[in-house]
Amino acid sequence: MFKIVKKQYLANNIYLMDILAPRVAKSCYPGQFVIVKMDEKGERIPLTICDYDREKQTVTIVFQAVGASTKIMATYEEGDSFRDFVGPLGCRSELIDEDPEELKKKNILFVAGGVGTAPVYPQVKWMKENGYDVDCIIGARSKELIILDKEMEQWAKNVYVCTDDGTYGFKGNVNDQIKDLVNNQGKKYDLVVAIGPVIMMKFVCLLTKELNIPTIVSMNPIMVDGTGMCGACRLTVGGEVKFACVDGPEFDGHLVNFDEAMKRQQMYKTEEGRAVLQAQEGATHKNGGCGCSDK
Amino acid sequence: MAVDVLKRVPVREQDPKVRAKNFEEVCLGYNKEEAVDEATRCLGCKNAKCVTGCPVSIDIPSFISKVKEGNIEEAYHIISEYSALPAVCGRVCPQESQCESKCIRGIKGEAVSIGKLERFVADWARENSIKPKKAESLNGKKVAVIGSGPAGLTCAGDLAKAGYDVTIFEALHEAGGVLSYGIPEFRLPKQTVVASEVENVKALGVKIETNVVIGKSTTIDELLTEEGFDAVFVGSGAGLPKFMGIPGENANGVFSANEYLTRSNLMKAFKDDYATPIAGGKKVAVVGGGNVAMDAARTALRLGAEVHIVYRRSEAELPARVEEVHHAKEEGIIFDLLTNPKQILVDDNGWVKGIEVVKMELGEPDASGRRRPVEVAGSEYVIDVDTVIMSLGTSPNPLISSTTEGLEVNKWKCIIADEENGKTTKEGVYAGGDAVTGAATVILAMGAGKAAAKGIDEFLQNK
Repeated sequence: MFKIVKKQYLANNIYLMDILAPRVAKSCYPGQFVIVKMDEKGERIPLTICDYDREKQTVTIVFQAVGASTKIMATYEEGDSFRDFVGPLGCRSELIDEDPEELKKKNILFVAGGVGTAPVYPQVKWMKENGYDVDCIIGARSKELIILDKEMEQWAKNVYVCTDDGTYGFKGNVNDQIKDLVNNQGKKYDLVVAIGPVIMMKFVCLLTKELNIPTIVSMNPIMVDGTGMCGACRLTVGGEVKFACVDGPEFDGHLVNFDEAMKRQQMYKTEEGRAVLQAQEGATHKNGGCGCSDK
Repeated sequence: MAVDVLKRVPVREQDPKVRAKNFEEVCLGYNKEEAVDEATRCLGCKNAKCVTGCPVSIDIPSFISKVKEGNIEEAYHIISEYSALPAVCGRVCPQESQCESKCIRGIKGEAVSIGKLERFVADWARENSIKPKKAESLNGKKVAVIGSGPAGLTCAGDLAKAGYDVTIFEALHEAGGVLSYGIPEFRLPKQTVVASEVENVKALGVKIETNVVIGKSTTIDELLTEEGFDAVFVGSGAGLPKFMGIPGENANGVFSANEYLTRSNLMKAFKDDYATPIAGGKKVAVVGGGNVAMDAARTALRLGAEVHIVYRRSEAELPARVEEVHHAKEEGIIFDLLTNPKQILVDDNGWVKGIEVVKMELGEPDASGRRRPVEVAGSEYVIDVDTVIMSLGTSPNPLISSTTEGLEVNKWKCIIADEENGKTTKEGVYAGGDAVTGAATVILAMGAGKAAAKGIDEFLQNK
C-alpha cells in the first residue's frame, strides 16, 4: 500500500498528492511516469511524475478529476493509501544525459498546457538546480485553469502566463505567446519542450517547424501495463511504431503522427464520458480543452 | 463402476452452448470416485516412461498409486516434492506431448489421464487446506527472484524449501505472470487456483514484492550490492508482443493478444464492477494459431462476438494444443485456415472496418521441416470485422538485460544461460524460462526454475 502524505487542491478539479513510495522516489527522474491503481477493482492510470523528494521518499502526482476513475481518486484524503503505485516508468528526459557544455549553450523554452504544467515542473526545476536558466510558458483557457505558476517562478528565469480569454496574463494561446516572444520580443530559442493536450502539442509543433526550432513532446496515450508488454500505447514516430511507455513518453515532436495519436485516445470514450465532459467544459471539450486549434 | 482399461474415465465439462457465454472453467475435473477409477488404469511401471516425459520428473506412478489407495494427502506430498504448481500444470500442460505421450497404456488404448489426476490431487489438497511443507531452518542467505511467473515461483519455492530467504520482485500488481494476465479464467481460475498456488509458495516463506520493475525501480546490480542479495534468478519471461507491420495496424480496434488478455484476465474487464474497459467487438479476427490465439478468440466469443481465427497454414500445423482447438470449435469459433492478412482497412474515424486477406497454399518444407505457406495470386478478399487481435508470438523484454552490466543476450534478446543450472554470463545471476528460451510452455519454465534453484544452491554452498 502507498500512503498519501499530502493532498492539495490546485484549481478546477486539479489535485496534487505526495505519495510515500520509497523505491520510486529513490530512482525516478524528470520525464518519467508512474502507474496508480487505487484499489482491487480499479484501473491502472498513468501519471507523469511532477516532483520527488528522495529524503522523504515521496513522489508528487497531479491529476484532473475528469473521468470515472480520477473522480474517485479525488475523494482519497491524506492518510489514505493507493493499493498499487509502480514506477518510475519510461525514459527520463534526454536533457539530463546531454553533455553539460552543450546544454549550457542552449536557450530552452518549456511550454506547458493546462495539467501538462505538472510534468514540465520537475524538468524546469532540474534545469535550475543544475545551473541552467530556461524560460517557461504556462497556458490555459482561463485564469482558474492555471496551476503551479508561482512554483514555476522559483525555477524558471522567465515565466509567461497566457490565457485564451485574457483573464490572466497574456491574452491568447501558447502559440500566440511563442510568436510574441520570438517575433516581437526578439527571443531566440534552440529547443522547445512542449507538454499538454495532444492537440496543443500538435499545433506547437506545426509552429516550431515553421520557426525551425527542434521540439520535444511528451505523449500521453492509453496505457495498461506501462512496461512494454501490450502495445496499447503505440504511436507512429518518423514512420516507425513506438511504445510510448518504454521508448518514450518523450519524442521528437516533428516526427510524431499526432492525428493518429488523437484518434487512438478516443478508443474508450463512451457516450457517458462525453456527456460528463460536455457538462463540465461546454462545447470546448471537442478540441482538447484549450481552444488553441480554433485559431 | 467397471473400468475399461483401454479407455480413460471421461472428465466432466460444461456444455459448449452454456460455457460460450460465461467465464467459468470449461473442464470440471474428476471427483474422488472418478479419480480412483482412472488411477486403477495405471500399471505402476518400474521404469516408468511417463516420468521421463515430465520436465520436472514428478514420480507419477507413486502419486497415482496413492490415489488408487484413496490416500490423496500423501499423493499431494509426493507431487509437491517436484512441483510447486500442480493445480496449474494439471490444467495447462500439453500432457499429450509430455508425460501422457510416453504412457504404456497409450500403445493399445488411451494413455492414463495423468494431468487430470494431478489436477484432482491438487484441487483436493486445496479444498482440504493441505499445505506444502516448509523448511525447518533458514541458512541465512538471501536470493532475489525477478518475475513471479511459473519459472520464478518454482525457483523461489525450491530455494525456500532448501532454507533460503527468498524475495520475488514482480512488475505488475498481481503475482503469477502469464498465469494471471495471459491464460483466461475459463481454463485457469484466478482466485481458486492461481492465487492459492501463489499462497502456497508464500507459505514456504517466500516474500513477494509487487509493483517493482527491475531495470527501472531498481537494478540487479543494486540488489546484489546494496540490498544484500547473494544471488539473483531472472524469470522475467517473454512479454514483448509482435505486430505484423502491415498497413492499418495502429487503427482503433487492433490489439495485441497480450493487451486484450491482460485487460480481460488481469484487469477483469469482463466483469461490470471492474473499472478497466475492453472493446468487445461484434465481429473479431484473431491472427495466429497458437494457444494464445485460442485464448484470445474464446475470450472475444464470451464477450459476445463472432470470432474468426485467421491462420496462414493448415489445421495440421496449428501450434495450439489439440484440446484447445477442439474446445474452440465446439464453442463456435470459425477457422479461416491458409489465410494471411495483407492490410487492415480503416474508416474515417480511425476504426477497423475490415481485414484484407489472401489465400495461401503449402509449398515445399522449409529449414524447420514445416511446409512453407505461399500466397495464391489474385485470391485477396475482405473479411468485415470491427476488431483485430494480433497473436503472433512474443519475445523477451530487453529492460533487464539492457540495465544489467555483464548479462549477455543472444540475437533474439534471450538471456544466455546454461540449460543445466541456469548460470548466466554474470556471476551470481541465474536465469530460466521464456526469458532464456523465448515463448515456450509453463512446465518448461518450471523445469528451468527448478534447475536454476539447484544451480544457485550449489553456487552459494561453495561460496
